[in-house]
Amino acid sequence: MTNLEKYRNAFVEGLEMSPEEVNDSLEYQGVPQWDSVGHMALIASLEDAFGIMMDTDDIIDFSSYKKGIEILKKYDITVE
Amino acid sequence: MLSADMEPSLLISLLELYKPSFIWMPSDKKIESYGGESIFDEWGYSLVKTDYDSEYLLYEDLCMLLTTSGSTGSPKFVRQSYKNVEANARSIAGYLKLGPDERPVTTLPMNYTYGLSIINSHLMVGATILVTDKGLMQKEFWQFIKTSEATSFGGVPYTYEMLDKLRFYRMDLPALRYMTQAGGKLSADLHRKFAEYADSHNKKFIVMYGQCEATARMGYLPAEYASSKIGSMGIAIPGGKLSLIDTEGKTISTPHSAGELIYEGDNVTLGYALTGDDLVLGDERHGVLHTGDIAEFDDEGFYYIVGRKKRFLKIFGNRVNLDETERMIKSRFPGNEIACAGVDDHMFIFSVNETINEEIRSFISLKTGLNQSAFKVVTVESIPKNDAGKTLYKELEKYYDV
Repeated sequence: MTNLEKYRNAFVEGLEMSPEEVNDSLEYQGVPQWDSVGHMALIASLEDAFGIMMDTDDIIDFSSYKKGIEILKKYDITVE
Repeated sequence: MLSADMEPSLLISLLELYKPSFIWMPSDKKIESYGGESIFDEWGYSLVKTDYDSEYLLYEDLCMLLTTSGSTGSPKFVRQSYKNVEANARSIAGYLKLGPDERPVTTLPMNYTYGLSIINSHLMVGATILVTDKGLMQKEFWQFIKTSEATSFGGVPYTYEMLDKLRFYRMDLPALRYMTQAGGKLSADLHRKFAEYADSHNKKFIVMYGQCEATARMGYLPAEYASSKIGSMGIAIPGGKLSLIDTEGKTISTPHSAGELIYEGDNVTLGYALTGDDLVLGDERHGVLHTGDIAEFDDEGFYYIVGRKKRFLKIFGNRVNLDETERMIKSRFPGNEIACAGVDDHMFIFSVNETINEEIRSFISLKTGLNQSAFKVVTVESIPKNDAGKTLYKELEKYYDV
């Protein structure tokens, strides 16, 4: 699985969305599933998928699909 | 509250359905949308009196109405009096030793009894309230807490789970003095972690107990006992009294015997309102509340909640009535056998028809306004029932996988 597939899949699993609903304009609180409860599950899915442990500052800065890709670069993960 | 951009025909049919006596609307819209009489105009808005005659008589000491549950659409309100609100705010300010230099940050909605009690108790002592619409999972929230030097916050069990996940213990919050917890029973593990954090960082962690029916607060675990009484909800708040009764209504006097928790105090609310006609009702409880929670106390008189008489769950701090969700699902999906059960933060919905499971989940998440991760639909062969046709919820517990 490519990093992009893993990344998208983390949204599908963490936010319980269908694959078609995952797109690069997703934002925190932009869809009902991505509230604070969904956010915790999303972060857990991402940490599992990439085998990382995110810093607090990155967890609270993870405000959109695009922002997340920026943040993962800090963990040497390129999503493209 | 209606959207100003709403189509006129939809607006008219909503007005006809709900028949409000008054309606707030933008001043420039009022004439074209509805030809009522404007009785107050300010800030570009007008309070318009409609022709619908639905004025209800109010009991003189009635202060406000609060819902007992999330947003399941249930029209059940708790009637709180001025005396209730004042007595509870005063008591809370007393046991938390609040002063004018406190600066709590709003982590809970103000239409939620616990969130409102934080506001009221601090206003009473002339403290500052830091208001934000940002949440725990947003960077702006933490920046705000730091720059505005918040001294305290409150949280439901789920708040503390999120804080744990955020590795809150490593954050540098020098202005923070204390944290309170209510809205359901915190796990022993999290109780211990936050009590230890408070001990080692010169802060206070205060576990509390309450219900909307008692305005907000009934019990609290003084901070000095946070580490030694893990799992306890503490003692009665100043001015209140806690006791236990057995199934025959007799007071329990021996430690470690479970019974229904009874609270007495000036913050026990008037009663419920189910219709507009109930707003004129007076005090139906006379200062005594049967909480519906099953508790026991230890040798030193500290109380522990051990169960519930009624069938409801606390989901993310919101009370969700299981019989009510069961009825809602049954009426939305007629002809389907359904049973709702579970543990706090995890509702299990038992269905015998797998094809509607996903729909049930979306429906109940939408109806309660709670994240769908709290709901799991499990397909079973049949819903277990006794000879009288009552659902045997105990037999469904084996399916809980949390």
